Order: sequence, then C-alpha cells, then structure tokens
Amino acid sequence: MIPAYGDDDKADYSSNPSQALSNIFAVPRPDHRGTPSPAPRPDPDVLVIGGGAAALCAAITARRAGCSVLLAEQAPPALRGGNTRHSRNLRLSHHAPTPFTHGVYPPDEFWAELTRATEGTADPVLGRLLVERSTELTDWLSAAGVPLQPIASGVLPESRRTAFLLGGGKTLLNRLYDLAERLGVEIRYACEIRDPVIVGGRLTEIRAPDPLAPRAAIACCGGAQANRDWLRRHWGAAADGFINRGTPFASGALLESLLRQGVEPVGDPKAAYLVAVDARSPADDGGIVTRVRCMPEGLVVDTQGQRRHDEGGDTASTRYALWGQRLARWPDQTGYLILDARGQRAAPPALYPPLCADSLDGLASALGLDPAALQTTVDDYNAAVRAPSDEHDDWHTLGVNPPKTRHARPLTEPPFAAYPMRPGITFTYQGLAVDAHARVRLSTGGVVENLFAAGMIMAPNLMARGYVSGLALSIGLVFGRLAGEEAAGHVRQ
Amino acid sequence: MSASDIRAEARRVLGICDACGYCNGFCDLFEAARRRSALTDADLAHLANLCHACRNCFQACQYAPPHVFAVNVPRTLARMRHQSYLDHVWPQTFAPLLNHPVATVIGVTLGAILLLFALVLAFAPAGGGLAIETGATAGAFYRVLPWTLMVGLGVLPLGWSALAIGLGWRRYWGLTRPRRATTGEARRRWCAWRTTLADILNLRNLRGGGVGCNDLDARFSPWRRWLHQTLLGGLGLSFAATLAATFYHHGLGLQAPYPLLSPPVLLGTLGGIALMIASLGLGWLEWRTAPEPIASESRRLDQAFLGLLLAVAGSGLALLLWRATPAMASLLVVHLGTVLAFFMLLPYSKFVHAGYRAIALRCESLDPVSID
Repeated sequence: MIPAYGDDDKADYSSNPSQALSNIFAVPRPDHRGTPSPAPRPDPDVLVIGGGAAALCAAITARRAGCSVLLAEQAPPALRGGNTRHSRNLRLSHHAPTPFTHGVYPPDEFWAELTRATEGTADPVLGRLLVERSTELTDWLSAAGVPLQPIASGVLPESRRTAFLLGGGKTLLNRLYDLAERLGVEIRYACEIRDPVIVGGRLTEIRAPDPLAPRAAIACCGGAQANRDWLRRHWGAAADGFINRGTPFASGALLESLLRQGVEPVGDPKAAYLVAVDARSPADDGGIVTRVRCMPEGLVVDTQGQRRHDEGGDTASTRYALWGQRLARWPDQTGYLILDARGQRAAPPALYPPLCADSLDGLASALGLDPAALQTTVDDYNAAVRAPSDEHDDWHTLGVNPPKTRHARPLTEPPFAAYPMRPGITFTYQGLAVDAHARVRLSTGGVVENLFAAGMIMAPNLMARGYVSGLALSIGLVFGRLAGEEAAGHVRQ
Repeated sequence: MSASDIRAEARRVLGICDACGYCNGFCDLFEAARRRSALTDADLAHLANLCHACRNCFQACQYAPPHVFAVNVPRTLARMRHQSYLDHVWPQTFAPLLNHPVATVIGVTLGAILLLFALVLAFAPAGGGLAIETGATAGAFYRVLPWTLMVGLGVLPLGWSALAIGLGWRRYWGLTRPRRATTGEARRRWCAWRTTLADILNLRNLRGGGVGCNDLDARFSPWRRWLHQTLLGGLGLSFAATLAATFYHHGLGLQAPYPLLSPPVLLGTLGGIALMIASLGLGWLEWRTAPEPIASESRRLDQAFLGLLLAVAGSGLALLLWRATPAMASLLVVHLGTVLAFFMLLPYSKFVHAGYRAIALRCESLDPVSID
C-alpha cells in the first residue's frame, strides 16, 4: 500500500488544523547557514560530504540511527543540492500500479534495462541492490514529506518506469533539508571538504577547510563535469566547446584527491554524458530548458553548412544524448538545427527563440555560414525528399548522403530559423568503486573501512556508460540511504 | 516598470516555464501557459489572473534568483495582474487609486466618517444624533441618522461601484474570453460553470496539487487558502445579515437594532468575527511571508484591503458590544463610514480580483487555447 503524502512528516505539515498551526507558528530553528562557527565543535560521528539527494538521504538515515551528523554542502543555500536541483523523476520498481506510476515494473525488468542501456557495465551486486531497494523509495519519500506528482494530475507523460517529483528536484531538496534540520543534522553551507587523509585503509582526518576527524564519512559530492581542467585533460581543446548543464560546484576535487590516495577508480575518465543544448546557454547551470529537441523536424549542419547524420533516425528521447556525442566531435563543437516555418510550428517550446531570417541566404549570414554551402545542402536535401508511399511509410530521402530516414519534410516554407547547438555535459563517467556496503574500495584490494560513497560519485559502478531516465536520482536515494545505514553501523561498532 | 517591460518579463519567464514544466502539478497555470505558447497580451492577462499567487513555483524553481535566469513567476505575474487591474479600471482616471491603495483607503474611510458626522449634525432629529443617550431601543439607529439618508448613502455608492466594477470586468471578459465555437454548446457551457464554481469554492489552484502552499517560506501550509475562504464566508454572512435586516424592516415592520439572538444580528456577528479572523490572519501572513516572490504593488493593495475589512468588521462588532451605551451614536457613524468607504472602493481595491480570477477560471474551463 502506498501511504498518503507526508505520513511521518504530518506532525508538522498536515491538513489537521491543530497540527498545521505548528507549521505557521513554528519557532524558527537555529540557522546553520553561517560558517565558520565561533566555538570548536566536537567531531561528528558521520560527516556527509555534498548536499544533493544522496547526501540528504545519507545524513537523514545516519541521524535517525542515532549518529551526530555534519552535512557539508559546497554551495550557498540558494544553489544547494547539486544536480538534484535540476532533476525531475526517479526510476523505481513496483509490483503494482501506484498513484505515481502506471502498471508494474518488476525489479528484473529494471535490471534488464539497466544492463542493456549500460552495455553490461553495471555491477551485478550493486545493480540488484538498486533495483530491489528502489521499491522502497515511494514510501520513504512520502514519509519524509517529499511529494510525488500523482498521475491523476493528468499532466504527466505516461510513465511506468519513473515517478515524478511534484515541483521537481528543488522541492525534494527543500523538504529533505527541512527534515534533516529538524532531526538535528548540522548543515554547513559554502563548505567544501578538501584534503581527506587515508592511512592504512582508514580515513583518519579531513584537513580543510577545518581540521575534522569524523568517525565515518560519506562522499556524495558528484562527478567532475564542472571542472574545465578535468575535461580538457580528457577531451583536449574540444572541452572548451562544452556547456555544463548542471551545478557549477561539481569540481570533482574530492574524487581526484581520493583517487590519488589509492581508491579504486571505476568507469571511464574520458567519457561524459552529453546532450545537444542551445549554444547561447549560460556556461553552467542551465538545466533542462537548454536542450534542443526538434532535430527530426529539420536539418542539422556543421560550421561548413554540411549535414553529417540522419536527423530522422532517432525520435526517442535517446536522441538528445546521441546528438551531444556527435557535436563534441564536430568542428568548434557547434552545429545548427535548421527549420523552415513548418518545422518551427512543430517545435516544442525552447529557452531562447531561434535565429530567424526570411531566406536561407539571410539565415546563413546571421549564422556566419557560407550561404552557397547551406543553400546547396538544403537544395540537395529537398530534391531527395520522397513522400510516403503508403500509410506505414514516412517521409524519407532517396539519393542523398547521409539520408534522412523519417520525418523528411522539405524545407521550403519561409521564414527559416536556426538553433545553434553545442554539447551540454551532464555528468562524467569516472567514480569511486564501492562494495555492497557502499564502502569505498582500494586499488590494492580491501576497502577504506570508514569511508562510504553514494550518488553520482559512485554511479559509474552501475553505469560506466549509457543512461536511462530517472536513474541518477534513484542511485542517489538508494545508495544514500544504504551508505547512511552502513556508516551508522560502522560508528556503532 | 512600464507596462511593456512587465509584459516582456512575463513572456521571458513563462517561456522558460514552457520549456521546463516541472511545476505543472502545482496548479493550472503551467499547462495553460504551454497551451498558449504564443503568449499574446490577452494570454498574459489571462495567465496572470489565473495565478493564485501560492508561491510554490518560486520555492521549487531551479532558476530562481540568484540563478542567472532569475525566474520569479509569482512576482512577475503579480505585476502583470496589477497591470491588468489598472488597464481595466473604470473610469481610467481613477487608476492611481490602485497604485496608492493605503492612502486611498485611509483617506476615503476618514472622509466618509467625517462626512457622516457632518450629516448627523445637520440632519439628526431633535433629541437624536450624537446626543442620543441609549441605543438599544427600536429605531435608535435612525434617530442618529434618518433611515432614508442611511439607505441613500448605501445605495448610491453601491450603485456606482456596481457599474464601475461591472464595466471593468466586462471589458476584461471581452479581452480574454474564448473565441472558438465550442462556447456555443449549451451543455458544455453548463459543465464549465460547474467547474468554475467548484474551482472558486475549493480554491483548487491554492492546493499546490494536494500539499498546500508556500504561504511563508518553502514549507507547505494550508492557511492562506483557509483564511481566504473564511473571509469569503464572512462577506457572505454579512451580506445575509443585510438581507435578513431588510426583511425585518420591510417584511416584519421591525426597526433596528434587533435583539442579539435575531437572525440579522447573529449572521452579522458571525460574519464580523470571520472577517476579523481572516483579515488578521491574512495580514499576519502578508507581514511574515518571504518577500522575494511578492510584488510590492500587490502587497500594498492586499494590505490596504485587509485593513479596510478589519475596520468594517471591527467597528461593526464594537457597535454591537457598546450599542446600549451613549457611545452607540459615534460607533454607528464610524461603522457606517467604513461601510460607505468599502462600498465606494469596491472597484478601486483588491476586491476587483474576485471577478478577474473568476473570469480566468471560467475561460480556462471553457476553452484553454491561445487568445488571438
């Protein structure tokens, strides 16, 4: 049975008038936002490094198990929560329809899809843990006061595999931070934990920003996608053409420091999850709205005005990532989606309006492309367009390379428009190897007995490549809880 | 900000919302904005009035300031909404009253009270007026101010206000009403009325999709919704009290003041208490709420109207409490003065939102597409 929204949390937020009063008239809780504190505090039982979904689950779980917990979030309060702030849905197994998901999604099916999407890179032990324990997430979130959006709202895409957070990831963050504070988790903002020291298979201390010797620590501070040096090291000059879709705080500094000290790496340092985004997007933090989505409605050309791929080949949501990888290897990491008036009408809402011109010539000039080259590309394409021959057929091209196999309408109706595109990096694929207790493993064998990891910093254990929607949040929630339990267990020993 | 700046900002912000859509479970606004992605001026006015200012989408927004996109839907739409009040006020020369609501309420209320005192001094019958010694006997009120004068002072400003507010609402309906033929189907229109009425009575768009609203901060609470409906109930009870009193006066031939346990007094007392609770509660929320998602112009408009309601209800209850004392005459004049101010300011106060919001809900239930 699915409990009603906010079961545990109802003590504070319910529609019961006498209790709801406490919501409004609650005495403000001590604010931990100011750092550093004047008086030296005792070392916490558990230090949680990071401030996203995984960190909050870990902190709340460890605190509920009786540990003193310090959560160190690198960002200021307004930008807290890492890329959870940009998330929307989570993938979870369920054996029966729920108010938030259609049908059933057995753990075996989740596991099969995870294996397929990640080309068999998912660790089978951790993978089973993920798919099995994802069944608990709805109840856990509801009890923690995190609202999920009922499918009865009628405004969600039909989804059997994922549940949607009401209001998105920031609502989850607001609710979990609130819960963590009420439980007595100490939260420090603008606090980047650096220089962890590992000696003899133990995390002995943290040297910066303040000396700290927690009895256990949980690393939940994500990947390195905001770190330009990291990206340049692996992608060369192409990295300068990337746009970071998420938090600017994902520096990977702690990850690098731990890897240098002999923690076992997992995943591929050269790989990144890239999607095609509007080239005019801000360098960081543009999130979901920067995606360019309507490639099947038009043509995609490079800076030479040449087509390179079949725009109609992929119409599923996987196309975003395909185009991101392609653009990363194009000159200047730049492409232009060209639409005519018909394509513009079919295009979904976008962050920025496209660049427009009455003629292809004018559009090419606005984009800085060679007008003749663009005209030739479009003319060749239009000449190759074939209408569907029967009802099972689609508009396609004949005799142009590359072909456009579906949705190949001619581009003839002015005005013409273009979305400039670049690869937008979402996350990197190198992380910390962990065992089935979420404990960080060492390259020499064995583990760091009091260091755990959860969320995107260890997600490459489960996906060294590929992605399926809602996976990142589920990994954060499942392994955040697991790491919190295990860290508390370690402290109690 | 000029009107065109306000519209430009509303288009920018809602354009980002259309591409994001994370908040579409909180209320009807976001799906409505997506269906009207052309965002014409009429669309913006409609969407602004559809927004119930619950602020959930601000606290949930991944793009809220200090993010570079600086998305602030509640504040942007509050400005847009205020602009639509200004655009549709009749006569247009009175628009500044909405921009200076606190001064307007204080000035008009004091003016009305002083006017009444002057009228009492000029027209009170011998032995009546402010010199009246006890107020609890039948007809005592009319020995302070003659009945005809009292009724005239109610009916004339109320008539003017009904005309002005009706013209404003009508022009707004003309701007945003659905243009398509579906509106001609009687059955569909009837169903749409039911939906509209249910949305008003439930304040469905203030339910945050079931979790409540961010009345003060990122925590969810049901209070603003409840207090708003308490206020609505208080106005309804007060209106019922007036109807009951009219029946007593004309139907039964009984003159006010009426006994404590008579329907007019009971209804009025309950209404007054509800108005007191609601205006104080809403005022407290306004005072303590996080300032970021609020627009100063709409906050002033809210505060001024709540203050006026508090004055009407407070003076009414004071009159009830001390009507058997020599203070009755003065309290009656003060209460009538606040009621007179309330009647006169109906078209030039927050009260106008009732019609615009009802029209927005009605349009949404009829035909949720872009307005050309």
